[in-house]
Amino acid sequence: MHFAVSDFLSDIAQNSIEAGSSSVMIEYIEGDGRLEVYISDNGKGMDAETVERVKDPFYTGGHKHDGRKVGLGIPFLIQAAEAAGGGFEIKSEPGYGTSVYFSFDLTHIDCPPRGNLPSAFLSMMLFPGDYELGIRRKKDGSEYSVQRSELVETLGNLEDVDSILLARQYLTSLEEE
Amino acid sequence: MGKMTLEELRKLREEKKKIVEKRDVSDKNVMIIVGMGTCGIAAGAKQTLDAFLDELDKRDIHNVVVKQTGCMGFCANEPTVEVKKPGMPDIVYGRVDDKIARKIVDRHIIQSRLVNEHVFDKPSTDIVG
Repeated sequence: MHFAVSDFLSDIAQNSIEAGSSSVMIEYIEGDGRLEVYISDNGKGMDAETVERVKDPFYTGGHKHDGRKVGLGIPFLIQAAEAAGGGFEIKSEPGYGTSVYFSFDLTHIDCPPRGNLPSAFLSMMLFPGDYELGIRRKKDGSEYSVQRSELVETLGNLEDVDSILLARQYLTSLEEE
Repeated sequence: MGKMTLEELRKLREEKKKIVEKRDVSDKNVMIIVGMGTCGIAAGAKQTLDAFLDELDKRDIHNVVVKQTGCMGFCANEPTVEVKKPGMPDIVYGRVDDKIARKIVDRHIIQSRLVNEHVFDKPSTDIVG
């Protein structure tokens, strides 16, 4: 099971990348004791039957590892969100992409810790390939947004350790008041 | 500190580039690939990534490329990390927590010696089964 809310976010974003998305958009909104997260991608999408099956821990959409019979990312998230006064929704269309929404009641005793958000944002940007990843972050009235393409453009790349360290410094600074 | 702007970020990048270019840096790049699937994340792969970044920064090492991938099939031994260094075999390390990540930087990347106890060569049993 994941430790922090930011881990669920990383997991869902990784699904989007693995689904071949060239664009992943994330909204991460915190306010009035609630957290709401929207993740939408333009990846390969799923049909209605598959969308139902991804909620089942004994289903996996991955074909990388023959013989594997489990897929825990989404079931973990549903369990955690529902246990903490939150919710989960998923919509998908083959060929067009997938949208996932989840929420947590941040005041709920079973709400996981939020985790390190800049680290999660950074990690979502470090997969190989030329995909766009946009983040819109709102917290109690203030907000910022960041795009993977603008970081790549500013830093030259997001691969060498110097660029990544600077990207981390930048993302961490955006969380400051 | 406060929020940085992209312009400030660009300046920092230029400054750092100048410092690094002054040194005689080997062009033989080391590559570190961190597994960031459900299994990796659940086992703390983001902390592992952060530990690598911190340690490389601390040791002033620049010729390293850091990438991520999904599940590598070693779920029982997450976090897993593949290290590719010219002149060394490509190695998959398992159970790489913060401490082991720093050890890999010291031993594998700096001294070109393996961290034997954490070398993994067999996928999880449900995959090979």
